[in-house]
Amino acid sequence: MKSLVVKVKRFDGSRTWWQEYKVEVPSEKISVLDVLVKIKEEQDPTLAVRYSCRMAICGSCGMVINGVPRLACQTLLSELGDSRIVVEPLWNHKVVKDLVVDLEPDFEKVRAVKPYIIRDVKEIYESDKEFGQKPEELERYYNFAYCIQCGLCMAACPILGSNDKFLGPMALNAAYRWSADSRDKGWEERKKLIDTEDGVWPCHLAYTCSAVCPRGVDPGYAIQLLKAAILRRRKP
Amino acid sequence: MEVLKYDLIIVGSGIAGLRAATAAAWASGGRISIAILSKIQAMRSHSLSAEGGMSAVLYPDKTGDSLELHAYDTVKGSDFLADQDAVQILVEYAPKEVRYLERIGVPWSREPDGRISQRPFGGMSIPRTTFAADKTGFFIMSTLFSETRRFDNIHVYHEHFVTKFIIEDGEFKGVTAYDLKRGEFKFFYGKAGIIATGGAGRLYRFTTTAHSTTGETLGYALRAGLAIKDMEFVQWHPTALVPSGILVSEAARGEGGYLINKEGERFMKRYAPQRMELAPRDIVSRAILTECMEGRGFQHESGMCYVGLDLRHLGEERINRRIPFIRELAHKYAGIDVLSEPIPVRPAVHYTMGGIHTDTWGRVLTADGKWVRGLWAAGEAASVNIHGANRLGSNSLSECSVWGRLTGEQAAKYVLETSRLPSPDGKLLDVAKGEESRVFDRLLHKEQNAPSPYEVKKQLNDIMEEHFGPFRHGSSMAEGLAKLKKLREFSSFRVVDSSRVYNQNLKDALEVDGMLDLAMVVGIGAYARSESRGAHYRLDYPKRDDVNWLKHTVAYMYGGELKLVYTPVTITKWQPEERRY
Repeated sequence: MKSLVVKVKRFDGSRTWWQEYKVEVPSEKISVLDVLVKIKEEQDPTLAVRYSCRMAICGSCGMVINGVPRLACQTLLSELGDSRIVVEPLWNHKVVKDLVVDLEPDFEKVRAVKPYIIRDVKEIYESDKEFGQKPEELERYYNFAYCIQCGLCMAACPILGSNDKFLGPMALNAAYRWSADSRDKGWEERKKLIDTEDGVWPCHLAYTCSAVCPRGVDPGYAIQLLKAAILRRRKP
Repeated sequence: MEVLKYDLIIVGSGIAGLRAATAAAWASGGRISIAILSKIQAMRSHSLSAEGGMSAVLYPDKTGDSLELHAYDTVKGSDFLADQDAVQILVEYAPKEVRYLERIGVPWSREPDGRISQRPFGGMSIPRTTFAADKTGFFIMSTLFSETRRFDNIHVYHEHFVTKFIIEDGEFKGVTAYDLKRGEFKFFYGKAGIIATGGAGRLYRFTTTAHSTTGETLGYALRAGLAIKDMEFVQWHPTALVPSGILVSEAARGEGGYLINKEGERFMKRYAPQRMELAPRDIVSRAILTECMEGRGFQHESGMCYVGLDLRHLGEERINRRIPFIRELAHKYAGIDVLSEPIPVRPAVHYTMGGIHTDTWGRVLTADGKWVRGLWAAGEAASVNIHGANRLGSNSLSECSVWGRLTGEQAAKYVLETSRLPSPDGKLLDVAKGEESRVFDRLLHKEQNAPSPYEVKKQLNDIMEEHFGPFRHGSSMAEGLAKLKKLREFSSFRVVDSSRVYNQNLKDALEVDGMLDLAMVVGIGAYARSESRGAHYRLDYPKRDDVNWLKHTVAYMYGGELKLVYTPVTITKWQPEERRY
């Protein structure tokens, strides 16, 4: 058994405070999420943490761990190599309670860039054909389709810290993913939405979004590819 | 208490729920209002953990495949308990759904000529499992969620925990829900409903399913007078990562992975000499556990026995292209490099073949076979019944998409054909208010002597693992049932958190409360079924008994007690035969 101290930033709707929990863990090969669930179930059921799949694919458990936005289920104690862990809610988001933040504004930004195939909708719903795609066409957007909408990139973005109207890496990545899909014909529509003062242009290329992405998506690169496409007046 | 009116209320946001929404939105031409309620954020449902693929006969001319063969494989895999007319619908609609998903943008893995790739899967006699690397569920889910954004008449309610289905005079009226983010109680009043809340893997401890896959809504369904069918059939997936239970997709074996015991032997040759690692899941799971019981497994430091899943011979290029997520998960959570070591795996609870009693089209039925007007169920939450006693891998994504679509279309048509929704009458409002008071006044009231929901859940998991596992016995199940009954006597839980906003402690108590009823259904159905069929294996009745048990178990609540009745299996083409692989 190993002793840990977990320091959690709490919020109950009106008050913010730091709370420390002492936890005994059987192994270092367990995740920060496992530790937080243990605290909830054995010590303090009032602690609020969002979680579900525990295998780094659902995107629920984003939080700031030892100063870096990470998924709690994807962060093993052995990687942190410390017996003291500091956990706080994702930056740049309104806190609902404890480690739970409001991500719905992020989801609305994604919706704003029309994250779906734009072409004749009747063809999508009333035909039974395949639009088809070559492996090399798939490759052009595939990496960007891995986004799990966990919000880590939005928490890490320095621009969003001072300008919350900026569409941000999550939505802009979606704009690239859908525009670069060979089945899509929506570039002109999306271009109008992102070639704007709160669209792609505020991005300063800090690439912190890409650095923290738990799925290796590289939204920073997506934003630069969008800028390039706008300047070249060509579909990505 | 806020009252919200919708034409169609979809509970659950996995593949079935989202597909129902897009189908209803399109079929109604945008003329009906649709609410999707999810107890988590709607793009995070457990469907996205599905890895391996979605079955469908896509290119019969090129592969020699046929709908008939897919149907036969499914019926045989089900140990002949599937309804064959329902299976027919599955195989006919599955290719249409794969192509629909293609048109909305799912990044299916492709062949050089642009065709969609397919891989072999257990119990399927031809490679017909369509995939997007080994994140198929994720890609379908995220694409479908994106697709719902197209429709202005689809309204998504994230983190709305449904506490009750309201059914009056045999007709669906709506649901009540706890909005975690705002800390409010709401009554969703509607003309039609679709229940698509998934399975209940978390009844057990060692499971591949997400923390949220608790199945309480099936317990709530019982209380609302609905029936649950074939719940004793619980599927163990043969290969889950030790010690976490994280899924190692059947795709690993589909791509050519071997199972080996500690003597380095491919032991499946003893259990399924023709299909080897690609025998159906019930057979492979029992084979692994038998190796363990006979001393040929490895021992993990956690005390678990396991076998090795060997991918070394597949080569790095193939692994990275076809099953990269498995490589990542094995490395992250087991510290294994699949290029040099086998992955430690053992069976874990994965899927519930049973669910809400419906007809072939997903219409929800009472125990005596009457349609609850305005209500459908789809996906893992429903039992339509295509999986019988054992589901073949990759048939569930097809099921979710097919019955999501079919129920969505039917519900849209029903809504358009019924008259305008009046305001809810006083009686209905009283029911909803009563529910609000139960949740916020009674459950939130600090009951010091009641047990913690976490203690109860732990005991529930212990009972299910010990008494209702892959190998069952009458005397052990009788003991287990007695323990479950005792646990069920807890009618309230100690909720320490007294806040309303995001009270997870309260949500957890509500989950456990529903899980207890559902666990009883599993237990009673399994105890009564004195035969072995598919995933339900009894040491005291090791043979399948078609004379007495070729029938579905239907459980319902009457006067607070669970009752069972049985309905016949629909057989159209294939008479039961011995299952050999």
